Amino acid sequence: MSDLPKQRSESVFADFKSAYTPAQAAVEANRCLYCMDAPCITACPTSIDIPEFIRKIATGNIEGSAGTIFKSNILGMSCARVCPVETLCVGDCVYNHMGVPPIQIGKLQRYATDKAFEEGWQFFEAGPDTGKSVGIVGAGPAGLAAAHELRRHGHAVTLYDKRSLPGGLNTTGVAPYKMRAERALDEVNWVLQIGGIDIQHGVEVPGSVSWETLSERHDALFLSFGLGPDSVLDLPGGGLEGIVGAVDYIERFKLGTVDLETVRNVLVIGGGNTAVDAVRELLGLGVTNVKMVYRGGQRGMSGYAHEWSAAKDEGSRVVWNAQPVSFEGDGHVTGLRCLRTDENKRAIAGTEHTIAADLILVAVGQAKLGDLVDGLEGVETQWGRIVCDDDGATGRPGVYVGGDCRNGGKEVVNAVAEGRDAARAMHIYLGGV
Amino acid sequence: MPSLKTNCGGITSPNPFWLASAPPANSGLQVQRAFEAGWGGAVWKTLGTPIQNVSSRFGAIRWKGNNGVGFNNIELITDRPLETNFREIYETKKLFPEHAVVVSLMVETREEWKDIIARSEDAGADGIELNFGCPHGMCERGMGSAVGQEPQVNERITSWAKEFSNIPVLVKLTPNVGDIVPHGLAAQAGGGDGVSLINTIKSIIGVDIDTFVPQPVVGNQSSNGGYCGAAVRPIALHMVAALSRDQRFNLPISGIGGITNWRDAVEYILLGSSSVQVCTEVMLRGYRIVEDMNEGLLNYMRDHGFETLDEMVGKAIPAYSDWGKLDLNYETIAEINAETCIGCQLCMVACHDGAHQCIHPDPDPTVRVPTIDLDECVGCNLCQIVCPVPDCIQMIEVDNGFAPATWNDHVNNGAPLRPKKGAH
Repeated sequence: MSDLPKQRSESVFADFKSAYTPAQAAVEANRCLYCMDAPCITACPTSIDIPEFIRKIATGNIEGSAGTIFKSNILGMSCARVCPVETLCVGDCVYNHMGVPPIQIGKLQRYATDKAFEEGWQFFEAGPDTGKSVGIVGAGPAGLAAAHELRRHGHAVTLYDKRSLPGGLNTTGVAPYKMRAERALDEVNWVLQIGGIDIQHGVEVPGSVSWETLSERHDALFLSFGLGPDSVLDLPGGGLEGIVGAVDYIERFKLGTVDLETVRNVLVIGGGNTAVDAVRELLGLGVTNVKMVYRGGQRGMSGYAHEWSAAKDEGSRVVWNAQPVSFEGDGHVTGLRCLRTDENKRAIAGTEHTIAADLILVAVGQAKLGDLVDGLEGVETQWGRIVCDDDGATGRPGVYVGGDCRNGGKEVVNAVAEGRDAARAMHIYLGGV
Repeated sequence: MPSLKTNCGGITSPNPFWLASAPPANSGLQVQRAFEAGWGGAVWKTLGTPIQNVSSRFGAIRWKGNNGVGFNNIELITDRPLETNFREIYETKKLFPEHAVVVSLMVETREEWKDIIARSEDAGADGIELNFGCPHGMCERGMGSAVGQEPQVNERITSWAKEFSNIPVLVKLTPNVGDIVPHGLAAQAGGGDGVSLINTIKSIIGVDIDTFVPQPVVGNQSSNGGYCGAAVRPIALHMVAALSRDQRFNLPISGIGGITNWRDAVEYILLGSSSVQVCTEVMLRGYRIVEDMNEGLLNYMRDHGFETLDEMVGKAIPAYSDWGKLDLNYETIAEINAETCIGCQLCMVACHDGAHQCIHPDPDPTVRVPTIDLDECVGCNLCQIVCPVPDCIQMIEVDNGFAPATWNDHVNNGAPLRPKKGAH
């Protein structure tokens, strides 16, 4: 793996949710009711035994607490920071029904997992060598979770990733006020400590290595190559400078630097979580006038309400019900031409107007990469996603799938659950019990 | 407006809240500040031959973030010169003539008792309290609980004190006995004007699990101390009630042990205390807690129509009975309010693992409100205890058609008992 550049624009960000001190963690942990079959566990895609890990924090058994978390979710450190807990575990805390503030599960999980990293506690060792080998395409959260679980069962693992850095979106895409790239790489190293996981960077499948070669090289394959580039808006003026895909731009300032010196007005087109992230990030990078442009209203946006609320607190502005029709500019973009839309997101004729912009980020989704598996006989796709059963098994024996290329783009915690569970199914497939 | 005026064994005070003989009543300036804050009386930290203390001296139980739910100390009686103490008692009484200043005493010989009682009277004390309770240090020297555990010695020294004293004598009893009643009766036989109880309970508060030294740590050692604080209240309440209900015992009681607020004080009064003494909660939170104690008690008295404390004293004693006189046919069952239930299911796990396995999940897994098998519910109220939502679980009385019958009725007269529940 290559090193992160020293100069990175994301370094200016501080944590949006600060780390707990031991005293704060103890007070919060002691509030937990220790529910039976707790709803927070059900809400967690990886089913972490949340009341148990919180009780262990309360008793001072932090090592045991971290062990409880990692047993279910090896990426528990990053999930503690990036999970939308407000809509998952914290959102289902029974205290919500009592009018009492819910337990801050994410912050407690971060407390225990950060401590584990700091102390270097080890919880897992590789299983006895089975002589079987698994190739994993994509070293993001799903691939890493699968790799770790496979190593616990003693299977050899090779991760192939087209980038020079592992971690997938955890490294290149997470909002830096939640987690910066260096922390994502810390976590990759933490996962790799189990030993026996080979990572080959700069490998594109099937570009640099064919499916045929991979199938011959390994006893099973796990596909976790995520999503493709930002979708583009095919509108007049789309070729102007200053129009960038949001995921691409986020990666630029996370892994390197962006120059915003002359940027005054930023528009972010979209209403999903990437759009909201991009708005908050540009504000954090020092641009004072950042607007989200969305063709629907607030109720129609797919971005989380708690994230949008935070974005508003930080000064973001928004243009609701605006349908982009063209980009304006001469060489470099100067504005976005829009039509107003009605409540059903339909453009209203005669409402054309221009919103000034010298940087426009397009956050209207990412390409699905289903086409990549065209050469892998038996593996089917639907709307660009790879089709599989509940265990992640595709139509081709020995080929499993998890993460964004399977679910179309969900949370890190979903990718971890899918990777872990597919690995368990692969273990059975490889003759394990 | 009800009155808080207090008379315990002839010792009067503007309210029933007295500082117990302990560090908060160690010096004149402290007691004067306490009186200014609203305390009705103070039992001065025990006087005797001044001692040398150790450090450290205190230990505490921390539970779910609360410090001092239980507390213990290995401090001894006063370490200050007697002259200083008596001068400050005199000054305090001058400044606060209406407040009760009781002097706790602990000496060995008859001559010493005579001398120190005379000096206490000269200083203007309103009463004396004989410290027959200290369970650590002083008992190794034949005083404190060493006296309190021997009814004959208790009676003898009490009679000396009464012989020498012209002011009321309270006898402070130790809880480190099997049955408190003989010890209260000994104080009564010796002529005491009242008893105060409990003193602290012999205890080891904890162990430093890294250094293997019990707490509180004195160098690389420790010693057993006296346990107090909120956690001892049930033990003390029982001992106060045991004396109150005994027909032979008729002295006033000053109740002590884990009183942290006005509610606790009301419980002590309802079980027979004429005044209450507080130490640990003051050590943890300061004299200022008495403001709420006075207000809360007054509001309680007003709400319940009590004009004087005397009307309250012992009010709960008639309902304190023997087990054999309890109605075995009285039946309750638990009822969960589905509207306020938050679905934590703590009642379910408690019932399954700790009681009678009669609270079950709803057949529909999306419904978190548990159901109660009424045929199996024994009405133990464990579920009600673990429920975090106020009043969500109620114990409902069931009319099972059986006339009241106690175990004694059943054994002696064959009174019919309702069929047992949950006994299969």
